[in-house]
Amino acid sequence: MIRNIVRGGESMDFRLSKEHQMLQELYKNFAENEVKPLAAEVDEEEKFPVETVKKLARYGFMGIPFPKEYGGQGGDNLAYAMAVEELSKVCATTGVIVSAHTSLCAAPIYEFGTEEQKQKYLIPLAKGEKLGAFGLTEPNAGTDASAQQTRAVLEGDHYVLNGSKIFITNAGYADVYIIMAMTDKSKGVKGISAFIVERDFEGFSVGKKEAKMGIRGSATCELIFENCKVPKENLLGKVGQGFKIAMKTLDGGRIGIAAQALGIAQGAIDETVKYVKERKQFGRPIAKFQNTQFTLADMQTKTDASRLLVYRAARAKDNNERYSSFAAMAKLFASETAMEVTTKAVQLHGGYGYTREYPVERMMRDAKITEIYEGTSEVQKMVIAGTLLK
Amino acid sequence: MKIVVCIKQVPDTTEVRLDPKTGTLIREGVPSIINPDDKSGLEAALRLKDEIGAKVTVITMGPPQAEKALKEALAMGADEAILLSDRAFAGADTWATSSTLAAAIRKLDYDLIIAGRQAIDGDTAQVGPQIAEHLNLPQVSYVEDLERDGDSLILKRVFEDGYHKVKVKMPCLITTLSEMNKPRYMSVSGVLDAYREKEVIKWTLDDIEVNKEHIGLKGSPTKVKKSFTKGAKAAGKKFEVTPQEGAKIIVEKLKEKYII
Repeated sequence: MIRNIVRGGESMDFRLSKEHQMLQELYKNFAENEVKPLAAEVDEEEKFPVETVKKLARYGFMGIPFPKEYGGQGGDNLAYAMAVEELSKVCATTGVIVSAHTSLCAAPIYEFGTEEQKQKYLIPLAKGEKLGAFGLTEPNAGTDASAQQTRAVLEGDHYVLNGSKIFITNAGYADVYIIMAMTDKSKGVKGISAFIVERDFEGFSVGKKEAKMGIRGSATCELIFENCKVPKENLLGKVGQGFKIAMKTLDGGRIGIAAQALGIAQGAIDETVKYVKERKQFGRPIAKFQNTQFTLADMQTKTDASRLLVYRAARAKDNNERYSSFAAMAKLFASETAMEVTTKAVQLHGGYGYTREYPVERMMRDAKITEIYEGTSEVQKMVIAGTLLK
Repeated sequence: MKIVVCIKQVPDTTEVRLDPKTGTLIREGVPSIINPDDKSGLEAALRLKDEIGAKVTVITMGPPQAEKALKEALAMGADEAILLSDRAFAGADTWATSSTLAAAIRKLDYDLIIAGRQAIDGDTAQVGPQIAEHLNLPQVSYVEDLERDGDSLILKRVFEDGYHKVKVKMPCLITTLSEMNKPRYMSVSGVLDAYREKEVIKWTLDDIEVNKEHIGLKGSPTKVKKSFTKGAKAAGKKFEVTPQEGAKIIVEKLKEKYII
């Protein structure tokens, strides 16, 4: 099994640097001791792991790829992706909390925010003192994100937002939200702008919480804006830049979700390897049967291929290369692999795999969302083909 | 306050296999960790640093790869790390190890020296106390709790059936138990700093003043005659009986052996 992959840069050195190896050790220890013991309960009771998030903050998981002067850890995107991977191996809910916070809220403030916005919002986000979320999707604007109905009107020194968002990760628990809203409908996608909205802003409330198939500990809710007053200085980027900011943000977010999918797949394999060595049928461990061996071989091969794609995308972003297509490929392949691998993991567990006594059924339910959120697999194909055919 | 913490890199298992021919540990394929008692000692030092401010120096004697254990200590929050590595130090028993470590510590400024009680691969519990003897320092072993009281420490020294509360004036040496705390994880920035900003200081024989008769294999009075893995016990006897009958059999057997 390939564990140490891709140093990146100019060479094709497929080993992790010593620093990344030690980070991986830290992530694994933390995930194994602090996250794994709660994973079943977080799922079963749809419990947002508040205490875990505090611990994640203490050890620096909430701001890995941001510079120290902005409260971050001074790490890179590879280090960040590896953290999401290790957390998701044992609990996909915890993985997506970190991913949405880092990639969808802190990252756009880091990339597009003014110095004042970074001081005010990025520092507490990167330190993990505040939690972040991102609102683009609306009831009628899913894959067609340009069909935004939430409106923002400038009135004196503030914007007034009206409308709603759905399926927002970390909603309710997040303190800071990046919200897309239409500032000039006549300009289409160029009429969309991005705003930094605080949970306590007047006219902003969190609506219905979704009951979901997987990642059940992650809070997924509706956001409602009723004459929500947002100070003018909370416009992120320029007026009309919102759609571009959203698309660039999602490019980065896909690395996080791809890493989550990768973690889910590897976690399911790790569980399955343990199980097939113990489970006996026809007088011997089922690991002795060639069907088990060949299935596991396929599972690990695809998962390693996912890992290479995910780490390549992270490395490309670190090196300031164009990575949009790489991130789309990583997410497309890793999420489909996660679905396939977890389904096979349940199959190898047989009847027990279908029960909640073993974690693989949870992993299978968790895997499905990775093919859907932050751009469905079909959207990823549009991005990849778009790069090919332009 | 200046604290020196002695750590050892050990194989991550209590069931180390021995090479029957050489009597030495088979380290291949076994991941290395910081010895648990030492790690708790480091945690105790880092807590003092958090509470009252301290400079924490970790030191180890070992092969070049022991640098990783020191990097981990730096990533947990230690300020400085020293690796004592030289072919001349190899093969040392506890006497030679403590002679070498004491010589290195003499070069440092310290108020407190912390060593773990014992290493999981050697289990001697001798190196810490020997360092104190070499340095002519008061020592308190088996410490499970500590608090600072001016220029002294108030320590809980644990025995099987009780504990002593001991006040000791610094400078002194203590040995710590892994039960005393739950060591922190490394932090992300700690790891990054350990590799990007902090260097492990490397000392060889030339860097310390030590009697060459007291180091390495030659300076080790302990001679290992034979090491062996205890063989498995003979298979037990199996009774397929009801719980009531089972209880009777157990009582009989215990009486037979004069246990009850």
